[in-house]
Amino acid sequence: MANILAVDDSASMRQMVSFTLKAAGHTVTDAADGKQALDIAKTKSFDLVLTDVNMPVMDGLTLTRELRALPAFKFTPILVLTTEAGMDKKQEGRAAGATGWLVKPFNPDQLLATIKKVLG
Amino acid sequence: MSIDISQFHDVFFEESFEGLDAMENGLLNLDEGAADVDAINTIFRAAHSIKGGAGTFGFMAVSEFTHVMETLLDEMRNGQREVTSASTNLLLEAVDVLREMLTAVQQKTETDDARIADVNGQLEAMLAGEESQTDANGIEIADVPTTQENNTQPKISGWKINFHPHKHLFQTGNDPVRMLRELASLGELTSQLDDDGLPSFTDLEPEDSYLSWQLTLKGDIAKEDVIEIFEWVDDDCDLSIEAIIQEPTNVERAVENLAKQSIESPPVPEPESDVQQQSQDKIIAESSKTVKAAVATKKTASPPATTSIRVGTDKIDSLINLVGELVITQSMLSQIGDNFTPTMLPQLIDGLAQLERNSREMQEAIMRIRMLPISFAFNRFPRLVHDLSEKSGKKVELKLSGEQTELDKTVMEKIGDPLVHLVRNSLDHGLETPEVRLAAGKDETGIIQLNAYHQGGNIIIEIIDDGAGLNEEKILNKAIEKGLVDADANLSPDKIHELIFLPGFSTADVVSDISGRGVGMDVVRSNITALGGSVEIKSKRGEGSTFTIRLPLTLAIMDGQTIRVANENYIIPLISIIETLEVKNSDMKYVSGKGELYPLRDEYVPVIRIYDIFNLQPTTTDLEEGLLVIVEGEGGQKIGLFIDDLLGQQQVVIKSLETNYRKVVGLSGATILGDGTVALILDVPGLMALYRDPSLATVISNERAA
Amino acid sequence: MSELQQLNDSLGDIDERTDQYLTFLLGDEEYGVEILRVQEIKGWENVTHIPNTPDYLCGVLNLRGTIVPVVDLRLRFDMPKRTYTPTTVVVVLNVGEGVQRTVGVVVDGVSDAHNILPEEIKPTPDFGTTVSTDFIKGLVSIGSGMMMILNIDRLLRVEALG
Repeated sequence: MANILAVDDSASMRQMVSFTLKAAGHTVTDAADGKQALDIAKTKSFDLVLTDVNMPVMDGLTLTRELRALPAFKFTPILVLTTEAGMDKKQEGRAAGATGWLVKPFNPDQLLATIKKVLG
Repeated sequence: MSIDISQFHDVFFEESFEGLDAMENGLLNLDEGAADVDAINTIFRAAHSIKGGAGTFGFMAVSEFTHVMETLLDEMRNGQREVTSASTNLLLEAVDVLREMLTAVQQKTETDDARIADVNGQLEAMLAGEESQTDANGIEIADVPTTQENNTQPKISGWKINFHPHKHLFQTGNDPVRMLRELASLGELTSQLDDDGLPSFTDLEPEDSYLSWQLTLKGDIAKEDVIEIFEWVDDDCDLSIEAIIQEPTNVERAVENLAKQSIESPPVPEPESDVQQQSQDKIIAESSKTVKAAVATKKTASPPATTSIRVGTDKIDSLINLVGELVITQSMLSQIGDNFTPTMLPQLIDGLAQLERNSREMQEAIMRIRMLPISFAFNRFPRLVHDLSEKSGKKVELKLSGEQTELDKTVMEKIGDPLVHLVRNSLDHGLETPEVRLAAGKDETGIIQLNAYHQGGNIIIEIIDDGAGLNEEKILNKAIEKGLVDADANLSPDKIHELIFLPGFSTADVVSDISGRGVGMDVVRSNITALGGSVEIKSKRGEGSTFTIRLPLTLAIMDGQTIRVANENYIIPLISIIETLEVKNSDMKYVSGKGELYPLRDEYVPVIRIYDIFNLQPTTTDLEEGLLVIVEGEGGQKIGLFIDDLLGQQQVVIKSLETNYRKVVGLSGATILGDGTVALILDVPGLMALYRDPSLATVISNERAA
Repeated sequence: MSELQQLNDSLGDIDERTDQYLTFLLGDEEYGVEILRVQEIKGWENVTHIPNTPDYLCGVLNLRGTIVPVVDLRLRFDMPKRTYTPTTVVVVLNVGEGVQRTVGVVVDGVSDAHNILPEEIKPTPDFGTTVSTDFIKGLVSIGSGMMMILNIDRLLRVEALG
């Protein structure tokens, strides 16, 4: 069972993601923006990071770049939660170092399926 | 597993309404031109969150509507679109519509589809109006059906995949093993590893990828499914996917040939021409306008009665502490009860006093939970003033102060409408048009101030405008016309101002949409009186008007100093006491027209004899037999109160006199002492006013009933 | 059991059209108020005097946490004041049409509650009564005497209390 960091500025999304992942047996830590997440990441390691893109203080792509710079997170799977935008957004994510993406809106089953892809 | 996500709906609604407020505030503060990117970003993010959440929780109509708003905002933050007042106003209206939509979803009521379509149309028109890079991608173009899969396709029994990850694949956190694992779950997978790229051990970089695979995946599997597995890494690898074709049998080939002749590729439906779309939009917009007019211009359904209240954890913590203290007191009393002997009486009395203190403190702490900052009531005004200002063509600036002043939740909910009426009134009748203002030597932009602060046991709310002030002549004439006063009545300006509070009074020649019809100042006053409060007006022709609302705080705690004068006890707010002195008659100075003055260091402080202004029987009139309490009133003015004696200090809960009686000049309220008796609390500014003008004392002298 | 409850209990079945009135005494005369307006009846306790108010406003007292003004009806009716004793009674009334306020009145004593039919209430003559007719709703014959029904909303309106 994995240790997951979930980052989203929307409380309802955080709750939904947290609840879903916990119900599947994972441990979840959440943060409301990139900076909070980065601060947490500096003290703890995770098996997987899920992050929204549009957030105040520090957005998801900046967070991804910053995480990749931390030794503990060099190879950690980071998934960005993105709305169905064009390929350019996905390229941006990849350029920032993200592992992959999950398209919003998604339901709990889709979330779990994607997590499974990464964690096995 | 199925998780019921409706449990998260409440949070979604709450944060969405907050997001809408944030959008509204942001839009109101946007300057025209190429605006502040940060500000637009904040507005964009709010819309984006609502869209995402709505989509996630299945509120598709909300999500689609928000999408168009989001697209507009995206263009603005990219610099592709200028911020104009037209776009801001349209977005503000869209915010209103969105708020209604969310409320309808939350309360499971119907939506005003005509209005939604109308505003949606306007948003799309605005988007289409300018050549913008992004498509109006909200419009779903009918799916162009792909050429049918038919038997002309050879049967695919599997796929041959060449997968060569680039060196740095791991650095995106990807791992080829995952892809292989997933492929294996689709069908029968055989793999052949190619390690040609692997360097010698000493040259090996452990973080790089050197391996590649030739994979065979057997099964009836769609190509899309295979492609999907590599979706995340398609840039970071060389990938080839070839179908493994199973040779069709002769029979199948014959069938194929026959089928080929009769199949026609289905026509691709033409996308609707732009012109058609736009004229359709226009027709919808026009017809919905008439529908809109016919549909109740009544305001949107009143906001859902808030059933919850946000409480700061500090208030909860103090409540928990008090419960702890109560438990201790209870066990102490219980111990006394177990082995009680009359010698333990003093302890029992102590314990009971402690119990009284605990219960009183708990009651106060709980009541404090219902106190909320008045900002909740003030928050609707920036938008209201903005809209009214646009409608009336008057330039208005709204200034708020004291938003953190707390008052009871129920009182706040009920004071909202009266406040709105007063602000509308100020804007409609008080403030002048820019031309008139300039001609009068005033700034083009009028100012409306909303202030809130605590005073004694009350909360004071002021609505101040720098407009034309009340037109006494017009008011008097109207009142005479309506028979509310006698034609020859000689009324002071203040008394004339009071006339506007009489029922049925309105000087508007045309009932303006802004101030509404028939809802007069009398209703405002009675609504406020129903809350135990009062409203007064002060106005100066040409300068402006000030409405002052006074409401009792359901809970106000104050540190009080009990004093004795003329055989009565009163309480002075400790915070207003500067010092207490014994004085000598020889120190006093007497100035005609100014009364008694006491020299206090570098200033002269007027001395007020309380028994005088309160018309009480004094025990002594000799200053040397009593004390002088120096207190601070309004504007830093000091006065000295002559009292007989100082008694104790204690925390008191301020109770309103106005609930069942009325406001008394010189008193700010009353309190209930430990022995259950009532003590009156002195109001220093009131004492000063009484001192200057004793006629304020009695409203009516004894009215005879016989 | 409070006096009010006792009074209520002592009554039997009543004609639905009747209204109940509580009567109290001031000097030789009986006055009545609708019983629905009577919140409670209590004994006299010390009030806190409010400065610059008419003499008939005794002051205010604490009624379970609320500040309630107390009016001496004798003084209000220009009758000579009586000294308050432990048997002096304060009738706590709910006054006002829309916004209700609580006001206490000091009376000599409380009498019975009576059921009165609307037609039993006669108009007040212009003379012969101690109290100004503005404050009387009507007269009712009770036994050999007469009861005057008070218009407390007028009598105890804010402006009248100083």
